[in-house]
Amino acid sequence: MPGRTLYEKLWDAHVIREAGDGRSLIYVDRHLVQEVSSPQAFEELRREHRTVRRPDAHLAVADHAVPTRRRDQPIEDPQARAQVAMLIDNAAAYGIRMIPLRDDRQGIVHVIGPELGLTQPGITLVCGDSHTSTHGAFGALAFGIGASECHTVLATQCVIQGHSRTMQIRVDGALPRGCTVKDLTLAIIGRVGAAGGTGYAVEYAGSTISALSMEARMTLCNMSIELGARVGIVAPDDTTYAYLHGRPMAPRGAMWDRAVAYWRTLPSDADAVFDRTMTLDATTIVPQVTWGTSPQDVLPVDGTVPDPSHAADDATRRRWQKALDYMGLMPGTRLQDIEIDRVFIGSCTNGRIEDLRAAAAMLRGRSVAPGVAAMVVPGSGSVKRQAESEGLHTLFLNAGFEWREAGCSMCVAMNDDRLAPGQRCASTSNRNFEGRQGAGGRTHLMSPAMAAAAALAGRIVDVRQDSE
Amino acid sequence: MQKLVRIESVAAVLPEANVDTDAIFPARFLLLTTRDGLGRHLFQDRRQNADFPLNDPAVRDAKILVAGENFGCGSSRENAVWALADYGIRVVVAPSFGEIFHTNCFRNSVLPITLDAENLATIQSAAASGATLAVDLAAQSITLPDGAKVAFDIEPNRREALLNGWDETALILHRDAADIAAFEARQRETLPWLYES
Repeated sequence: MPGRTLYEKLWDAHVIREAGDGRSLIYVDRHLVQEVSSPQAFEELRREHRTVRRPDAHLAVADHAVPTRRRDQPIEDPQARAQVAMLIDNAAAYGIRMIPLRDDRQGIVHVIGPELGLTQPGITLVCGDSHTSTHGAFGALAFGIGASECHTVLATQCVIQGHSRTMQIRVDGALPRGCTVKDLTLAIIGRVGAAGGTGYAVEYAGSTISALSMEARMTLCNMSIELGARVGIVAPDDTTYAYLHGRPMAPRGAMWDRAVAYWRTLPSDADAVFDRTMTLDATTIVPQVTWGTSPQDVLPVDGTVPDPSHAADDATRRRWQKALDYMGLMPGTRLQDIEIDRVFIGSCTNGRIEDLRAAAAMLRGRSVAPGVAAMVVPGSGSVKRQAESEGLHTLFLNAGFEWREAGCSMCVAMNDDRLAPGQRCASTSNRNFEGRQGAGGRTHLMSPAMAAAAALAGRIVDVRQDSE
Repeated sequence: MQKLVRIESVAAVLPEANVDTDAIFPARFLLLTTRDGLGRHLFQDRRQNADFPLNDPAVRDAKILVAGENFGCGSSRENAVWALADYGIRVVVAPSFGEIFHTNCFRNSVLPITLDAENLATIQSAAASGATLAVDLAAQSITLPDGAKVAFDIEPNRREALLNGWDETALILHRDAADIAAFEARQRETLPWLYES
């Protein structure tokens, strides 16, 4: 029998039955519940007189709609207040654990799941959010689902899914100075394209990946959905176990040893075959910045905005022109000549402690450029406290950044953290879609260090040229 | 779930690649906690542009949308499908779809049809000329006014579920309860740490 990939092992361990059409009924070990994708799921439970099959397998937290200021006050926006109240009521009514908004552990679902040790190798984990792929960093089979699938998970602890094809993206070599995993991630998306990973579960492997911290692996897996792949995974290893050991929801004592022994069986077998493979040399990566309205519209920071008249075909020419019109950019503009109005450092992609450290390291006593509004939104209360214990908040505040409470904030612009029409933002988030950070807003995706450097300069800059 | 058997109407054409669910249903309306009446927010920001295809009065009653590659990519928000369905769209024809959106369609009696470039071009030009298209799920075909037919593939189980309006959750509860319990009993033995809380 040929070897199996990590994805296939995770899949096989959770199949309850074949469901026809190449799909299977899959058992769900953990479900993260947030305020935006759950109201309709609970409403259906009530309407159909169903119960939650296994309340202990779910964890609820509000992150998308919550304000990042004045947490001691009731939520000002009546719709957001009602949505968060509904999550609290539903969690209480169905016996689901909930982390309250004023709890120190509150934060973005994809940041707190790992912090609490809820995210573990070998499990299936779902959430009504496409960035659930983040948890694949631990060797979990984690994917985003729709609200009505959330209902199915609440009622049955299962979901019917199609088996993905497998793609291995192998990256070797050391990332050059000034380049982070965000640059690697954007470069991969640029190469594979926004739809190139559709239908695939991507496993990231190679010496570059093995050397990454868990925070960096989460950034990488998080954006798998931006290349169309619902699942992005990294094999669990000693880095994974060291991160998880001692976390509140991780196994303890003899159970820990038993779990690690199981987790060590999960990595892809040496003779496993992937449906598609791709290799990348990390030493060739340079800092990346998006110029358009899809994460695949990405270029090295020393590049220039593309000219639609040079596009390979008509469809691409129209797409580029539409993106340039929306972004208010002229073909041939140097990326480093693009001036910005706002800076957002945070999100489930780059709102972790390493991201904040990398951004803070760029400041060195300098100040945010005149006319630029910059904010840091930690991914969780734990990240915020850790950053404050290291004095990072003082560095940010002294430089002129705002220092906010944890949440999704301006990555999704559901609260009052949003761009005004025409405003241009250097952002560490995951999507530069039209209107993503506010109707008419213009987003350039980049790494935390690049975003911090852009805040200081008032324009996009190359962090490699910003050294002492 | 509402049954979907045969849909006959003019079709709106949106021939853009990578139309994401943020465009279909802007995030600020995700604060709404119901699934009804969302059609008024469908493409709300894009519709500010008078030239946006859905603003054409000729396709106001379209039940069919002909879209581009990777339609519905990005966010998992099912509100995008709820908005399409509430607006009246029951069939989306495209060369490819975002995966989560694709699944969400089936759960809301919206039929996503994947066509190759040649067949898509046929449908697109017929739709653009104002033709009435007839989508027949049982026959797995789209019929043009001149009688020409374009066939499409669909997984048999999904077709059956749409034709009958089956609710997946009810089916699982009815059919699989014992198997799910047996799985849990087995997993509790092999991976006991997943059952400590």
